[in-house]
Amino acid sequence: MLSITAFAIISIIKSLAIVFVLLTAVAYSVWLERKVSAHIQNRWGPTRVGPFGLLQPLADGVKFIFKEDLTQPYVYKPLYIAAPIIAVVFAISSISVIPFGNWVNIGPVGKFGPWGTFLQITDVNIGLLVVLGLTSMGVYGVALAGWSSNNKYSLLGGLRASAQMISYEVSLGLSLVGIIIVSGSLSLRDIVDAQGGHFWGFIPRWNIFTGQALAFFIYLISAYAETNRTPFDLPEAESELVAGYHTEYSAMKFAMFFMAEYANMVTASCLATLLFFGGWHGPVFGPPILQAVLPVFWFCAKVFFFMFLYVWVRWTLPRFRYDQLMAFGWKFLLPVAIANIVVTALIVAWRA
Amino acid sequence: MTIHLILFLFFGAVCIAGAVNLLVQSHPINSALSLIVVMGALAVEYLLLGAEFVAAVQVIVYAGAIMVLFLITIMLLNAGKEERSKGSKVAILLGVPGVIIGGALIAWTILLRSNTSSVPIGALWGDPKSIARLLFHEFLLPFEVTSVLILIAIMGAVVLASRPEAIARGHETTIPVQHEERELVGAGKDH
Repeated sequence: MLSITAFAIISIIKSLAIVFVLLTAVAYSVWLERKVSAHIQNRWGPTRVGPFGLLQPLADGVKFIFKEDLTQPYVYKPLYIAAPIIAVVFAISSISVIPFGNWVNIGPVGKFGPWGTFLQITDVNIGLLVVLGLTSMGVYGVALAGWSSNNKYSLLGGLRASAQMISYEVSLGLSLVGIIIVSGSLSLRDIVDAQGGHFWGFIPRWNIFTGQALAFFIYLISAYAETNRTPFDLPEAESELVAGYHTEYSAMKFAMFFMAEYANMVTASCLATLLFFGGWHGPVFGPPILQAVLPVFWFCAKVFFFMFLYVWVRWTLPRFRYDQLMAFGWKFLLPVAIANIVVTALIVAWRA
Repeated sequence: MTIHLILFLFFGAVCIAGAVNLLVQSHPINSALSLIVVMGALAVEYLLLGAEFVAAVQVIVYAGAIMVLFLITIMLLNAGKEERSKGSKVAILLGVPGVIIGGALIAWTILLRSNTSSVPIGALWGDPKSIARLLFHEFLLPFEVTSVLILIAIMGAVVLASRPEAIARGHETTIPVQHEERELVGAGKDH
């Protein structure tokens, strides 16, 4: 065990580093989205700021800070100001239990045992539930923004968002129950550890290949609805609601909603990687340094793939109508998710 | 252990402050938000007592789902500020002393009668496995009966929500719904 001081120092360093990486990832996923969208539509996207427009997120950030922060006179001020803070706080704090690598040794073995840390801010034995709880709290940011703006479009956006997020949370949560049954744990690290190894030497023992493929697709669809992304972006459907719940927001307050949305996307991608695609498991080879870096690389590569998929889907599928969205969530995804749980439980019970 | 105690007392105070604020606030949305604060503080208390699973469920189910429905209802009904009447004055005059006397009585009885001993934090089990064992072994019957009860409530809600004529004819009907002309706005002008 480490001493309290060492634990505190390591925790603070880890938290700062991970939040920094997350915020950078959020900024660059905006760049990725603009660039990929542009290439899908046969355009160039951002090219002016830096090579390939790579400094565009920096320019955007500066612009957001220096823009005029308008507050309409008829808004309900306390909640109008609190809403973006709520959204961004819960979106960022859900990264705290996401593991992204194995144990790393920092120094030699001291009198308190090995000096090192897991690549994760903290490993709690209910990690999966913590992520679900924090993301379910994020809906308040959107709902309160819509209500406190005192604007019809904002209110409709907020109502749509809260109804949609509650509905899809059900199928999202149920799609993960199969994983919990197979892994026998709620700790994200245990779930990833259970996915090590290979079938017949070459097929990785990831959950998506061990009978949870259906759960994966339910999770993916529900995660798109949870993060308000196309084809489920009704809360901010610009052709119907101007900009939905953030119509009245400008400058950094708007940027906070933007950050929250992308941070939620990163968290959803991380969860998909950890639960269905084996986390940091992948081919590891080469010298010791490469062996230490490769697991983190595989994790990041898988998360990048899911972020790319978000943009890809956005420019492939048209938006759902609202009644179609609700019918799809309750009448199709929910029964399929329950059937998946029953079948998984039966198979696990039969094998035991 | 001391830091546990400090945190426990702090979140207990947050919980009580949230509950008092829930009653004091005149706008329903502020009351609903204070209730969320109470739920969150309660979840932290559970966590400090070692019941991680109950804490997580408290946040996911109560703060994350049920209170969102409360919020939706308040938004849809466009409930405004509540008005202070003579009745509310009487309620305050009678209610506050009543609450103080009741609370004092309960605390006095507990302190006098029970011979409870303190339990170190972490000595009680609260991990998902032991909770599941309790639910599906010892308390299986109450658990299942409760789920049937909830199912009945859901069916009742479905019956109430659907139009009576549509049920009778078994298909969608075109009854002239009387539309109440109502402005759909958010926070309202009464702040």
